[in-house]
Amino acid sequence: MTRNILEVNNLSVEVSGRIVLKDVNLKIPEGEVHVLFGPNGSGKSTLLMTIMGFPAYKILSGEIIFKGRDVTNLPINERANLGINVAFQNPPTIRGVKLREIIEHWTSSMMEVENLLKKVNFSPELLDREINLGFSGGEIKKSEILQIMAQKGDFLMIDESDSGVDVENLKIIGNAINDMLRGRSGLIITHHGHILRFVNAHAAYVILQGTIVCSGSPTKILTQILTEGYGWCYKCPMRRIEKRKMKRNR
Amino acid sequence: MSDEKNREEKNEEKPLEDLGVSGLSRKPRKWQTCTPSSLPEVIIKRAYEVGVVSEDSRAATYFQIDHSVLSRAVQKAFQGQLEVMSTKEAMKKYDWSKKYWWNLINKDMDQFTRLAYTKWDHGYFIRILEDQKVTLPLQSCFFVFTDYLNQNVHNVIIAEPGSEAQIITGCTVHPNIRGGLHVGVSEFYIKEGAKLTFTMIHAWNRNFNSHPRSAALIEDDAVFVSNYLLFQPVRNLQTYPTAYCKGANSRVEFNNIIYGSGDSHIDVGSKVILQNSGARGEIITRALATDNAKIYARGLLQGEHEESKAHLECRGLLLSDNAMIYTVPELLAKAQGADLSHEAAVGKIAEEEICYLMSRGFSEKEATSLIVRGFMDVSIFGLPRNLEENIKRIISITAERAL
Repeated sequence: MTRNILEVNNLSVEVSGRIVLKDVNLKIPEGEVHVLFGPNGSGKSTLLMTIMGFPAYKILSGEIIFKGRDVTNLPINERANLGINVAFQNPPTIRGVKLREIIEHWTSSMMEVENLLKKVNFSPELLDREINLGFSGGEIKKSEILQIMAQKGDFLMIDESDSGVDVENLKIIGNAINDMLRGRSGLIITHHGHILRFVNAHAAYVILQGTIVCSGSPTKILTQILTEGYGWCYKCPMRRIEKRKMKRNR
Repeated sequence: MSDEKNREEKNEEKPLEDLGVSGLSRKPRKWQTCTPSSLPEVIIKRAYEVGVVSEDSRAATYFQIDHSVLSRAVQKAFQGQLEVMSTKEAMKKYDWSKKYWWNLINKDMDQFTRLAYTKWDHGYFIRILEDQKVTLPLQSCFFVFTDYLNQNVHNVIIAEPGSEAQIITGCTVHPNIRGGLHVGVSEFYIKEGAKLTFTMIHAWNRNFNSHPRSAALIEDDAVFVSNYLLFQPVRNLQTYPTAYCKGANSRVEFNNIIYGSGDSHIDVGSKVILQNSGARGEIITRALATDNAKIYARGLLQGEHEESKAHLECRGLLLSDNAMIYTVPELLAKAQGADLSHEAAVGKIAEEEICYLMSRGFSEKEATSLIVRGFMDVSIFGLPRNLEENIKRIISITAERAL
């Protein structure tokens, strides 16, 4: 039986005094890629930040199990070094710190760096720039992918890497992500589903107002969202069942 | 009556205690002339920390301990390109040089300039001869060896037309020094088409006072780059160099990296006065305060010509809740069309940045260190490579200490 690389059990999270995630449950088996859909502000990025261990995301209840180990209270870097890596949607600009310092921390030779750069068609000059300072939207996305490629983790979380990039860059990013996910597990957040043209995902979830309301085939769910919008999800019978379940649990 | 005796008498009514520094000595031992590399290891080590290295890798070396000039040698390969001597020696040797003394700085500007005028303990006279491009940096060191010493130096630097040079000045003290006062007056003359990069590195101690007073006159098409770096605690440090961009297309850059620690009180500023067409100025300051340090980072851009332009950028990073950084950027336009701007930002290291780097596998300490090191990165200053490497080494040591 395949073991789960990640388990999120009954997770509730508060950010700045507001409850953003409520009783979230998620199981991702080793070697599978799952997708998380949801409208703006539904809690998708919050889930990723909480799995990564960002302190601003305060866990009220629940646990996060990675490779069978409870990582709920581990510092961010220990989670990263265990193999949880994330490509952020809106990474900060870090003045004074060069991208090269991160890439070289994780690579052992210039040839390895060059190969990674080639995969995302990333200009070597950008390595000597301060992280994200003056980067274009596409460069930020590529820089994030480049960093997690260098980190070589077992579980990759990819947040909106397909949004705000042009057709050519989407293809480059999509292929790089697909290549990277081969033999690995991942959780992908996508608004429009463009990335799914390149990546073969095994399951998908819809998150609404901090709660996972349904799961199923990524293609089916995406088609439904693209045709009906998230308005449909609010009316979905699955959501009502989920709500009743939650009430019973309380 | 000699000029020096006259000066001493004038200062009688101003005892050193009035300067807020009591118990200062004016009678250190005399040091014999020697090559700096033959000095005791402890002196060489401290000098190295402020960028002063073996004289072989410098075009010229001036070394002063307390009130004694130990060395003022120009390497053979650079003889005929430049001159280095004590300012007292230069005053005797060249009668014409008098016009460069107390010309840009008023000797009555404050109590410290008056002190330097009346009790003058040498300093260097550096002259880069016309059209000479000096390929290796020149270096100088002001070393305080005697406890509670008052050292007042007056430097005059002349870059003759078309010349180019880099000067590194390191000012420091013996590690056992408990206190003292250093006053350094520096007057720079950057003549037509000349380019001078001047880097001053200070490493004092927690009960030492330092009051440099500097000014530069920049003529047509000339460039003056002044880098100031402070990495060790100091009791009280105050400096506010002024650059007069008098010539057409004259240019000045002030780059300051200030690391305030302990109970340091640091007041550092730069003033740029743009007086001609095409005059350009830039002030970049990075101030980093930890422990109980207080840093005042000032800057004044004064546009007196309609086709002049200058920018001031100050960034401050607080590493302790008891530290303070106060930035005072000032713009003064006296001519329509003078283009003056400034930006300033002061704050703690953003948690978001630390978390981001931690998500890339760095520990919290490593992430902080990366940010602190990056904050003090001198590569933006465009320094000569060997000097940049030297400063990076010092910054690396400082970042370790800061954390």
